[in-house]
Amino acid sequence: MAHPNDRKYSNEHEWVLVDGDVATIGITSFAQDQLGEVVYVDLPDAGDTITAGDTFGEIESVKSVSELFAPVTGEILEVNDGLADTPETVNKDPHDAGWMIKVKLDDASEYDGLMSAEEYDDFVTQG
Amino acid sequence: MSDEKLLRTPLHEEHLALGARMVPFAGWEMPVQYAGILEEHRAVRSSCGIFDVCHMAEFRVFGFGAFDFLQRMFTNDLSRIAELGQAQYTLMLDEDGGIIDDLIVYHTGDLEYLIIANASNHAADFGWLKQHAPEDLELVDESDRTALIAVQGPEALRIMGELCGADWEAPARFTVREASIDGSVPALIARTGYTGEDGVEIVCRAGDAAAVWRVLLSFAEVTPCGLGARDTLRLEMGYHLYGNDMDRNVDPISAGLGWVCPKAKSGYTGAETVARVREAGPTRKLSYLRVEGAIPRPGFPVLREGVEVGKVASGTFSPSLETGIATAYLPAELAVEGQTVEISIRKKTVDATVVKAPFVTKTSLNG
Repeated sequence: MAHPNDRKYSNEHEWVLVDGDVATIGITSFAQDQLGEVVYVDLPDAGDTITAGDTFGEIESVKSVSELFAPVTGEILEVNDGLADTPETVNKDPHDAGWMIKVKLDDASEYDGLMSAEEYDDFVTQG
Repeated sequence: MSDEKLLRTPLHEEHLALGARMVPFAGWEMPVQYAGILEEHRAVRSSCGIFDVCHMAEFRVFGFGAFDFLQRMFTNDLSRIAELGQAQYTLMLDEDGGIIDDLIVYHTGDLEYLIIANASNHAADFGWLKQHAPEDLELVDESDRTALIAVQGPEALRIMGELCGADWEAPARFTVREASIDGSVPALIARTGYTGEDGVEIVCRAGDAAAVWRVLLSFAEVTPCGLGARDTLRLEMGYHLYGNDMDRNVDPISAGLGWVCPKAKSGYTGAETVARVREAGPTRKLSYLRVEGAIPRPGFPVLREGVEVGKVASGTFSPSLETGIATAYLPAELAVEGQTVEISIRKKTVDATVVKAPFVTKTSLNG
Protein backbone atom coordinates (compact mmCIF):
# COMPACT_ATOMS: atom_id res chain seq x y z
CA MET A 1 0.00 0.00 0.00
CA ALA A 2 1.62 3.16 -1.21
CA HIS A 3 1.51 6.31 0.90
CA PRO A 4 2.33 9.22 -1.43
CA ASN A 5 5.30 11.38 -0.48
CA ASP A 6 3.69 14.68 -1.49
CA ARG A 7 2.22 14.96 2.03
CA LYS A 8 2.79 14.19 5.71
CA TYR A 9 1.25 11.75 8.15
CA SER A 10 0.14 11.68 11.79
CA ASN A 11 0.49 8.75 14.17
CA GLU A 12 -3.34 8.67 14.30
CA HIS A 13 -3.26 7.70 10.60
CA GLU A 14 -4.37 10.96 9.02
CA TRP A 15 -2.61 12.45 6.03
CA VAL A 16 -2.12 16.19 5.51
CA LEU A 17 -1.51 17.74 2.08
CA VAL A 18 -0.57 21.40 2.16
CA ASP A 19 -1.13 23.96 -0.58
CA GLY A 20 -0.08 27.42 0.64
CA ASP A 21 -1.72 27.76 4.05
CA VAL A 22 -4.56 25.33 3.24
CA ALA A 23 -4.23 21.79 4.58
CA THR A 24 -6.35 18.97 3.14
CA ILE A 25 -6.87 16.10 5.60
CA GLY A 26 -7.95 12.50 5.14
CA ILE A 27 -7.19 9.05 6.51
CA THR A 28 -4.44 6.85 5.13
CA SER A 29 -4.72 3.82 2.93
CA PHE A 30 -3.40 1.78 5.86
CA ALA A 31 -6.13 3.14 8.16
CA GLN A 32 -9.02 2.47 5.77
CA ASP A 33 -7.77 -1.07 5.23
CA GLN A 34 -7.62 -1.72 8.97
CA LEU A 35 -11.09 -0.25 9.47
CA GLY A 36 -12.80 -2.18 6.69
CA GLU A 37 -15.62 -0.94 4.50
CA VAL A 38 -16.62 2.51 5.73
CA VAL A 39 -20.38 3.02 6.15
CA TYR A 40 -20.57 6.35 8.00
CA VAL A 41 -18.35 9.40 8.14
CA ASP A 42 -19.28 12.04 10.70
CA LEU A 43 -17.52 15.35 10.02
CA PRO A 44 -17.74 18.84 11.56
CA ASP A 45 -19.05 21.86 9.66
CA ALA A 46 -17.16 24.45 7.70
CA GLY A 47 -16.37 27.38 9.99
CA ASP A 48 -15.62 25.12 12.96
CA THR A 49 -12.12 25.09 14.36
CA ILE A 50 -10.10 21.95 14.92
CA THR A 51 -7.23 21.65 17.35
CA ALA A 52 -4.23 19.39 16.84
CA GLY A 53 -4.58 16.25 18.94
CA ASP A 54 -8.33 16.65 19.51
CA THR A 55 -11.02 14.59 17.83
CA PHE A 56 -12.90 16.22 14.98
CA GLY A 57 -15.16 13.42 13.79
CA GLU A 58 -15.86 9.73 13.56
CA ILE A 59 -15.54 7.11 10.93
CA GLU A 60 -17.45 3.87 11.16
CA SER A 61 -17.29 0.49 9.46
CA VAL A 62 -19.65 -2.45 10.01
CA LYS A 63 -17.43 -3.82 12.74
CA SER A 64 -15.83 -0.81 14.36
CA VAL A 65 -15.79 2.91 14.94
CA SER A 66 -12.74 5.16 15.05
CA GLU A 67 -12.37 8.75 16.10
CA LEU A 68 -10.67 11.15 13.74
CA PHE A 69 -7.87 13.11 15.38
CA ALA A 70 -6.88 16.52 14.08
CA PRO A 71 -3.25 16.46 12.93
CA VAL A 72 -3.10 20.29 12.80
CA THR A 73 -4.94 23.32 14.20
CA GLY A 74 -7.07 25.69 12.14
CA GLU A 75 -10.44 26.79 10.83
CA ILE A 76 -12.33 24.40 8.56
CA LEU A 77 -12.78 25.96 5.11
CA GLU A 78 -14.48 23.07 3.37
CA VAL A 79 -15.94 19.65 4.18
CA ASN A 80 -16.23 16.73 1.76
CA ASP A 81 -20.02 16.45 1.97
CA GLY A 82 -20.08 13.73 -0.66
CA LEU A 83 -18.80 11.22 1.90
CA ALA A 84 -22.20 11.24 3.62
CA ASP A 85 -23.75 9.53 0.58
CA THR A 86 -20.74 7.58 -0.65
CA PRO A 87 -18.63 6.75 2.41
CA GLU A 88 -17.01 3.90 0.43
CA THR A 89 -14.97 6.57 -1.36
CA VAL A 90 -12.75 6.55 1.73
CA ASN A 91 -11.87 2.92 0.94
CA LYS A 92 -11.64 3.29 -2.80
CA ASP A 93 -9.59 6.47 -2.96
CA PRO A 94 -8.39 7.41 0.54
CA HIS A 95 -5.63 9.76 -0.58
CA ASP A 96 -7.60 11.76 -3.13
CA ALA A 97 -11.41 11.69 -3.58
CA GLY A 98 -11.74 10.39 -0.02
CA TRP A 99 -10.39 13.61 1.54
CA MET A 100 -12.38 14.82 4.54
CA ILE A 101 -11.75 18.45 5.43
CA LYS A 102 -9.74 21.47 4.28
CA VAL A 103 -8.31 23.65 7.01
CA LYS A 104 -6.64 27.06 7.10
CA LEU A 105 -3.38 26.26 8.90
CA ASP A 106 -2.79 28.24 12.11
CA ASP A 107 0.74 27.11 12.68
CA ALA A 108 2.87 25.67 9.88
CA SER A 109 5.25 24.11 12.41
CA GLU A 110 2.53 21.59 13.34
CA TYR A 111 2.69 20.35 9.77
CA ASP A 112 6.46 20.24 9.80
CA GLY A 113 6.35 18.00 12.89
CA LEU A 114 4.39 15.24 11.12
CA MET A 115 5.92 12.10 9.61
CA SER A 116 7.14 11.75 6.04
CA ALA A 117 5.69 8.93 3.89
CA GLU A 118 8.79 6.87 4.57
CA GLU A 119 8.57 7.44 8.32
CA TYR A 120 4.87 6.60 8.29
CA ASP A 121 5.49 3.35 6.37
CA ASP A 122 8.04 2.37 9.03
CA PHE A 123 5.58 3.41 11.75
CA VAL A 124 2.80 1.12 10.46
CA THR A 125 5.03 -1.85 9.66
CA GLN A 126 6.46 -1.80 13.16
CA GLY A 127 2.86 -2.02 14.40
CA MET B 1 -8.81 -14.82 26.58
CA SER B 2 -5.65 -13.35 25.10
CA ASP B 3 -3.37 -15.65 27.11
CA GLU B 4 -5.37 -18.69 26.18
CA LYS B 5 -4.23 -20.62 23.16
CA LEU B 6 -6.90 -20.24 20.50
CA LEU B 7 -8.27 -23.32 18.80
CA ARG B 8 -8.04 -23.61 15.03
CA THR B 9 -10.53 -25.18 12.67
CA PRO B 10 -9.51 -27.68 9.97
CA LEU B 11 -9.85 -24.78 7.50
CA HIS B 12 -7.29 -22.53 9.18
CA GLU B 13 -4.73 -22.75 6.38
CA GLU B 14 -7.43 -22.08 3.77
CA HIS B 15 -8.37 -18.84 5.54
CA LEU B 16 -4.78 -17.66 5.69
CA ALA B 17 -4.29 -18.47 2.00
CA LEU B 18 -7.40 -16.40 1.20
CA GLY B 19 -6.04 -13.45 3.16
CA ALA B 20 -8.75 -13.56 5.83
CA ARG B 21 -8.59 -11.27 8.83
CA MET B 22 -8.56 -13.63 11.82
CA VAL B 23 -10.06 -12.78 15.21
CA PRO B 24 -10.63 -14.60 18.48
CA PHE B 25 -14.21 -15.86 18.89
CA ALA B 26 -15.44 -18.18 21.65
CA GLY B 27 -11.92 -19.53 22.15
CA TRP B 28 -11.36 -20.04 18.42
CA GLU B 29 -9.30 -18.20 15.87
CA MET B 30 -11.90 -17.44 13.20
CA PRO B 31 -12.10 -15.43 9.96
CA VAL B 32 -14.11 -12.24 10.51
CA GLN B 33 -13.84 -11.19 6.88
CA TYR B 34 -12.02 -11.85 3.61
CA ALA B 35 -12.77 -9.23 0.94
CA GLY B 36 -15.08 -7.23 3.20
CA ILE B 37 -18.24 -7.68 5.23
CA LEU B 38 -20.53 -5.73 2.88
CA GLU B 39 -19.34 -7.59 -0.19
CA GLU B 40 -19.67 -10.97 1.54
CA HIS B 41 -23.10 -10.08 2.88
CA ARG B 42 -24.33 -9.11 -0.59
CA ALA B 43 -22.86 -12.28 -2.10
CA VAL B 44 -25.01 -14.38 0.22
CA ARG B 45 -28.16 -12.34 -0.49
CA SER B 46 -27.63 -12.43 -4.26
CA SER B 47 -25.62 -15.56 -5.07
CA CYS B 48 -23.82 -17.88 -2.67
CA GLY B 49 -21.46 -17.59 0.27
CA ILE B 50 -19.69 -20.26 2.30
CA PHE B 51 -18.84 -20.08 5.98
CA ASP B 52 -16.46 -22.05 8.17
CA VAL B 53 -18.58 -22.96 11.18
CA CYS B 54 -16.38 -25.83 12.32
CA HIS B 55 -16.09 -24.15 15.70
CA MET B 56 -19.66 -25.18 16.48
CA ALA B 57 -20.19 -28.25 18.64
CA GLU B 58 -21.66 -31.56 17.46
CA PHE B 59 -23.01 -34.12 19.91
CA ARG B 60 -24.46 -37.50 19.03
CA VAL B 61 -27.05 -39.12 21.25
CA PHE B 62 -27.80 -42.80 20.71
CA GLY B 63 -29.79 -45.39 22.60
CA PHE B 64 -33.27 -46.59 23.53
CA GLY B 65 -33.70 -43.67 25.87
CA ALA B 66 -32.59 -41.01 23.36
CA PHE B 67 -36.05 -39.65 22.58
CA ASP B 68 -37.22 -39.50 26.21
CA PHE B 69 -33.98 -37.88 27.33
CA LEU B 70 -33.95 -35.14 24.70
CA GLN B 71 -37.69 -34.56 25.04
CA ARG B 72 -36.99 -33.83 28.72
CA MET B 73 -33.89 -31.66 28.07
CA PHE B 74 -35.22 -29.54 25.20
CA THR B 75 -38.21 -27.21 24.94
CA ASN B 76 -39.44 -28.04 21.46
CA ASP B 77 -41.58 -31.12 20.86
CA LEU B 78 -39.23 -33.84 19.60
CA SER B 79 -42.18 -35.89 18.36
CA ARG B 80 -42.53 -33.32 15.59
CA ILE B 81 -39.35 -34.75 14.07
CA ALA B 82 -40.38 -38.40 14.40
CA GLU B 83 -39.41 -39.11 10.79
CA LEU B 84 -35.78 -39.85 10.08
CA GLY B 85 -33.99 -36.87 8.54
CA GLN B 86 -36.15 -34.23 10.19
CA ALA B 87 -34.61 -31.41 12.20
CA GLN B 88 -35.82 -28.71 14.58
CA TYR B 89 -34.65 -25.57 16.32
CA THR B 90 -34.89 -25.92 20.07
CA LEU B 91 -33.72 -24.58 23.42
CA MET B 92 -32.13 -26.12 26.47
CA LEU B 93 -33.16 -24.49 29.76
CA ASP B 94 -31.96 -24.72 33.33
CA GLU B 95 -34.35 -25.44 36.23
CA ASP B 96 -35.16 -21.73 36.53
CA GLY B 97 -36.09 -21.50 32.86
CA GLY B 98 -32.90 -19.64 31.92
CA ILE B 99 -31.61 -20.40 28.44
CA ILE B 100 -28.50 -22.60 28.48
CA ASP B 101 -28.29 -22.67 24.69
CA ASP B 102 -30.20 -22.69 21.44
CA LEU B 103 -29.52 -25.70 19.27
CA ILE B 104 -30.59 -27.63 16.23
CA VAL B 105 -31.40 -31.29 16.73
CA TYR B 106 -31.39 -33.64 13.74
CA HIS B 107 -33.08 -37.03 13.75
CA THR B 108 -30.25 -38.77 11.96
CA GLY B 109 -31.11 -42.42 12.60
CA ASP B 110 -33.14 -44.96 14.53
CA LEU B 111 -32.69 -44.14 18.23
CA GLU B 112 -30.17 -41.50 17.19
CA TYR B 113 -29.97 -37.71 17.15
CA LEU B 114 -27.29 -35.22 16.15
CA ILE B 115 -27.19 -31.94 18.06
CA ILE B 116 -25.43 -28.83 16.78
CA ALA B 117 -24.69 -26.27 19.48
CA ASN B 118 -22.95 -22.93 19.88
CA ALA B 119 -19.16 -22.95 20.23
CA SER B 120 -19.42 -20.56 23.17
CA ASN B 121 -21.54 -23.11 25.08
CA HIS B 122 -19.74 -26.25 23.98
CA ALA B 123 -18.45 -27.34 27.39
CA ALA B 124 -21.48 -26.10 29.33
CA ASP B 125 -23.91 -27.92 27.03
CA PHE B 126 -22.05 -31.20 27.02
CA GLY B 127 -21.56 -31.07 30.78
CA TRP B 128 -25.25 -30.38 31.35
CA LEU B 129 -26.36 -33.18 29.03
CA LYS B 130 -23.87 -35.64 30.53
CA GLN B 131 -24.99 -34.75 34.04
CA HIS B 132 -28.63 -35.48 33.22
CA ALA B 133 -28.27 -38.40 30.81
CA PRO B 134 -29.30 -41.89 31.87
CA GLU B 135 -26.37 -44.28 32.18
CA ASP B 136 -27.38 -46.54 29.32
CA LEU B 137 -27.43 -43.68 26.83
CA GLU B 138 -24.53 -43.05 24.52
CA LEU B 139 -23.65 -39.36 24.45
CA VAL B 140 -20.64 -38.53 22.31
CA ASP B 141 -18.91 -35.24 21.69
CA GLU B 142 -18.06 -35.50 18.00
CA SER B 143 -16.92 -31.91 17.61
CA ASP B 144 -13.20 -32.56 17.10
CA ARG B 145 -13.65 -35.02 14.26
CA THR B 146 -16.57 -33.19 12.65
CA ALA B 147 -16.47 -30.24 10.27
CA LEU B 148 -19.36 -27.91 9.50
CA ILE B 149 -19.49 -25.67 6.44
CA ALA B 150 -22.51 -23.48 5.67
CA VAL B 151 -23.40 -22.92 2.00
CA GLN B 152 -25.96 -20.13 1.83
CA GLY B 153 -27.66 -18.06 -0.83
CA PRO B 154 -30.11 -18.30 -3.74
CA GLU B 155 -27.56 -20.29 -5.79
CA ALA B 156 -26.60 -22.66 -2.94
CA LEU B 157 -28.87 -25.57 -3.83
CA ARG B 158 -27.98 -25.51 -7.51
CA ILE B 159 -24.29 -25.68 -6.60
CA MET B 160 -24.89 -28.52 -4.15
CA GLY B 161 -26.79 -30.34 -6.88
CA GLU B 162 -23.79 -30.09 -9.17
CA LEU B 163 -21.49 -31.33 -6.41
CA CYS B 164 -23.61 -34.23 -5.21
CA GLY B 165 -24.37 -35.79 -8.59
CA ALA B 166 -27.42 -36.28 -10.76
CA ASP B 167 -29.11 -38.81 -8.45
CA TRP B 168 -29.02 -36.54 -5.44
CA GLU B 169 -32.19 -34.87 -4.36
CA ALA B 170 -31.94 -31.82 -2.13
CA PRO B 171 -33.32 -32.31 1.36
CA ALA B 172 -36.50 -30.41 2.20
CA ARG B 173 -36.25 -27.37 4.48
CA PHE B 174 -35.26 -28.46 8.00
CA THR B 175 -34.31 -31.96 6.98
CA VAL B 176 -30.98 -33.68 6.53
CA ARG B 177 -29.83 -36.20 3.95
CA GLU B 178 -26.67 -38.15 3.22
CA ALA B 179 -24.62 -37.31 0.18
CA SER B 180 -21.31 -37.95 -1.44
CA ILE B 181 -19.71 -34.62 -2.26
CA ASP B 182 -17.78 -34.53 -5.51
CA GLY B 183 -18.11 -38.32 -5.65
CA SER B 184 -15.73 -38.92 -2.77
CA VAL B 185 -16.57 -37.19 0.52
CA PRO B 186 -19.29 -38.77 2.68
CA ALA B 187 -21.39 -36.06 4.28
CA LEU B 188 -24.68 -35.09 5.82
CA ILE B 189 -26.36 -32.20 4.07
CA ALA B 190 -28.81 -30.27 6.23
CA ARG B 191 -31.18 -27.73 4.70
CA THR B 192 -30.66 -25.27 7.54
CA GLY B 193 -28.79 -22.03 8.03
CA TYR B 194 -28.41 -18.75 9.87
CA THR B 195 -28.61 -16.21 7.05
CA GLY B 196 -32.25 -16.09 5.97
CA GLU B 197 -31.29 -17.38 2.55
CA ASP B 198 -31.96 -20.83 1.22
CA GLY B 199 -29.00 -23.14 1.54
CA VAL B 200 -27.44 -25.99 3.42
CA GLU B 201 -24.99 -26.85 6.14
CA ILE B 202 -22.54 -29.61 5.29
CA VAL B 203 -21.48 -31.94 8.10
CA CYS B 204 -18.42 -33.98 7.20
CA ARG B 205 -15.20 -35.46 8.56
CA ALA B 206 -12.76 -32.82 9.81
CA GLY B 207 -10.12 -34.32 7.51
CA ASP B 208 -12.33 -33.73 4.47
CA ALA B 209 -13.18 -30.12 5.27
CA ALA B 210 -10.44 -28.52 3.18
CA ALA B 211 -11.34 -30.59 0.10
CA VAL B 212 -15.02 -29.61 0.43
CA TRP B 213 -14.12 -25.95 0.97
CA ARG B 214 -11.92 -25.93 -2.12
CA VAL B 215 -14.40 -27.60 -4.41
CA LEU B 216 -17.06 -25.12 -3.28
CA LEU B 217 -14.71 -22.23 -4.04
CA SER B 218 -14.06 -23.65 -7.50
CA PHE B 219 -17.49 -22.25 -8.44
CA ALA B 220 -17.06 -18.67 -9.61
CA GLU B 221 -20.32 -17.61 -7.93
CA VAL B 222 -19.18 -18.74 -4.46
CA THR B 223 -17.70 -16.19 -2.03
CA PRO B 224 -15.93 -17.10 1.23
CA CYS B 225 -17.64 -15.27 4.09
CA GLY B 226 -16.54 -14.55 7.64
CA LEU B 227 -18.20 -14.08 11.00
CA GLY B 228 -18.77 -10.39 10.22
CA ALA B 229 -21.19 -11.15 7.40
CA ARG B 230 -22.68 -14.02 9.37
CA ASP B 231 -23.66 -11.51 12.06
CA THR B 232 -25.15 -8.88 9.72
CA LEU B 233 -27.07 -11.58 7.82
CA ARG B 234 -28.53 -13.19 10.93
CA LEU B 235 -29.47 -9.91 12.56
CA GLU B 236 -31.28 -8.71 9.43
CA MET B 237 -33.46 -11.81 9.90
CA GLY B 238 -33.91 -11.22 13.64
CA TYR B 239 -32.25 -14.55 14.46
CA HIS B 240 -31.02 -14.71 18.04
CA LEU B 241 -27.37 -14.80 18.98
CA TYR B 242 -26.62 -16.55 22.25
CA GLY B 243 -24.76 -14.29 24.64
CA ASN B 244 -26.21 -11.14 23.07
CA ASP B 245 -29.94 -11.78 22.66
CA MET B 246 -30.32 -14.41 25.35
CA ASP B 247 -28.50 -16.14 28.17
CA ARG B 248 -29.17 -17.88 31.47
CA ASN B 249 -30.84 -14.76 32.86
CA VAL B 250 -33.59 -14.79 30.25
CA ASP B 251 -36.56 -17.08 29.76
CA PRO B 252 -37.75 -18.08 26.26
CA ILE B 253 -40.98 -16.07 26.38
CA SER B 254 -39.18 -12.80 27.15
CA ALA B 255 -36.69 -13.67 24.40
CA GLY B 256 -39.50 -14.04 21.87
CA LEU B 257 -38.87 -17.76 21.53
CA GLY B 258 -42.22 -18.98 22.80
CA TRP B 259 -42.75 -20.62 19.41
CA VAL B 260 -39.97 -23.09 20.28
CA CYS B 261 -41.79 -23.99 23.52
CA PRO B 262 -45.10 -25.55 22.43
CA LYS B 263 -47.92 -24.83 24.90
CA ALA B 264 -49.07 -28.42 24.84
CA LYS B 265 -45.70 -29.74 25.96
CA SER B 266 -44.82 -30.00 29.64
CA GLY B 267 -42.35 -31.97 31.71
CA TYR B 268 -39.15 -30.56 30.22
CA THR B 269 -36.59 -28.76 32.36
CA GLY B 270 -37.66 -25.15 32.82
CA ALA B 271 -41.25 -25.78 31.66
CA GLU B 272 -42.78 -24.29 34.84
CA THR B 273 -41.07 -20.94 34.26
CA VAL B 274 -42.13 -20.90 30.61
CA ALA B 275 -45.76 -21.59 31.60
CA ARG B 276 -45.69 -18.95 34.32
CA VAL B 277 -44.19 -16.18 32.17
CA ARG B 278 -46.48 -17.10 29.30
CA GLU B 279 -49.48 -16.81 31.62
CA ALA B 280 -48.45 -13.57 33.33
CA GLY B 281 -46.89 -11.97 30.26
CA PRO B 282 -43.22 -10.97 30.23
CA THR B 283 -42.26 -7.68 31.88
CA ARG B 284 -39.45 -7.16 29.38
CA LYS B 285 -39.32 -8.37 25.81
CA LEU B 286 -36.66 -8.61 23.16
CA SER B 287 -37.49 -5.88 20.67
CA TYR B 288 -36.25 -4.98 17.23
CA LEU B 289 -35.08 -1.44 16.58
CA ARG B 290 -34.42 0.41 13.39
CA VAL B 291 -32.10 3.42 13.54
CA GLU B 292 -31.45 5.86 10.70
CA GLY B 293 -27.98 7.23 10.08
CA ALA B 294 -26.06 5.58 12.91
CA ILE B 295 -24.91 2.17 14.09
CA PRO B 296 -26.19 1.02 17.47
CA ARG B 297 -23.72 -1.37 19.06
CA PRO B 298 -24.09 -3.86 21.93
CA GLY B 299 -24.25 -2.17 25.32
CA PHE B 300 -25.39 1.26 24.13
CA PRO B 301 -28.16 2.65 26.39
CA VAL B 302 -31.72 2.74 25.06
CA LEU B 303 -33.70 5.70 26.40
CA ARG B 304 -37.30 6.82 26.54
CA GLU B 305 -37.71 10.52 27.13
CA GLY B 306 -34.17 10.65 28.44
CA VAL B 307 -34.54 7.79 30.93
CA GLU B 308 -32.66 4.55 30.33
CA VAL B 309 -35.06 1.68 29.63
CA GLY B 310 -32.65 -0.93 28.29
CA LYS B 311 -29.42 -1.63 26.47
CA VAL B 312 -28.66 -2.68 22.92
CA ALA B 313 -28.27 -6.48 22.86
CA SER B 314 -27.24 -6.96 19.23
CA GLY B 315 -26.60 -4.05 16.93
CA THR B 316 -25.01 -3.48 13.57
CA PHE B 317 -25.28 -1.85 10.17
CA SER B 318 -27.75 -3.55 7.86
CA PRO B 319 -26.09 -3.81 4.44
CA SER B 320 -29.47 -4.58 2.81
CA LEU B 321 -31.37 -1.66 4.35
CA GLU B 322 -28.35 0.65 4.76
CA THR B 323 -29.54 1.64 8.23
CA GLY B 324 -28.64 0.72 11.78
CA ILE B 325 -30.52 -2.27 13.23
CA ALA B 326 -30.56 -3.58 16.77
CA THR B 327 -32.23 -5.69 19.38
CA ALA B 328 -32.86 -4.65 22.97
CA TYR B 329 -34.84 -5.88 25.95
CA LEU B 330 -37.49 -3.22 26.58
CA PRO B 331 -40.33 -2.91 29.09
CA ALA B 332 -43.36 -4.74 27.63
CA GLU B 333 -45.31 -1.50 27.10
CA LEU B 334 -42.53 -0.18 24.84
CA ALA B 335 -41.94 -3.49 23.06
CA VAL B 336 -44.69 -2.71 20.58
CA GLU B 337 -44.34 -2.08 16.86
CA GLY B 338 -44.28 1.65 16.15
CA GLN B 339 -43.07 2.77 19.58
CA THR B 340 -40.17 5.18 19.49
CA VAL B 341 -37.15 5.26 21.77
CA GLU B 342 -33.73 6.84 21.60
CA ILE B 343 -30.32 5.21 21.55
CA SER B 344 -27.36 6.93 23.12
CA ILE B 345 -24.54 6.57 20.60
CA ARG B 346 -21.40 8.02 22.15
CA LYS B 347 -21.96 11.81 22.25
CA LYS B 348 -25.31 11.91 20.47
CA THR B 349 -28.81 10.55 20.94
CA VAL B 350 -30.48 8.98 17.93
CA ASP B 351 -34.16 8.11 17.40
CA ALA B 352 -35.06 4.44 17.00
CA THR B 353 -38.35 2.80 16.05
CA VAL B 354 -39.59 -0.55 17.32
CA VAL B 355 -40.28 -2.73 14.29
CA LYS B 356 -41.33 -6.29 13.60
CA ALA B 357 -38.74 -8.97 12.84
CA PRO B 358 -37.36 -9.80 10.38
CA PHE B 359 -35.81 -6.50 9.35
CA VAL B 360 -35.38 -7.87 5.83
CA THR B 361 -38.43 -9.65 4.48
CA LYS B 362 -37.53 -10.55 0.92
CA THR B 363 -34.99 -13.36 0.66
CA SER B 364 -34.71 -16.64 -1.23
CA LEU B 365 -36.37 -18.33 1.76
CA ASN B 366 -39.45 -16.17 2.10
CA GLY B 367 -39.41 -13.83 -0.90
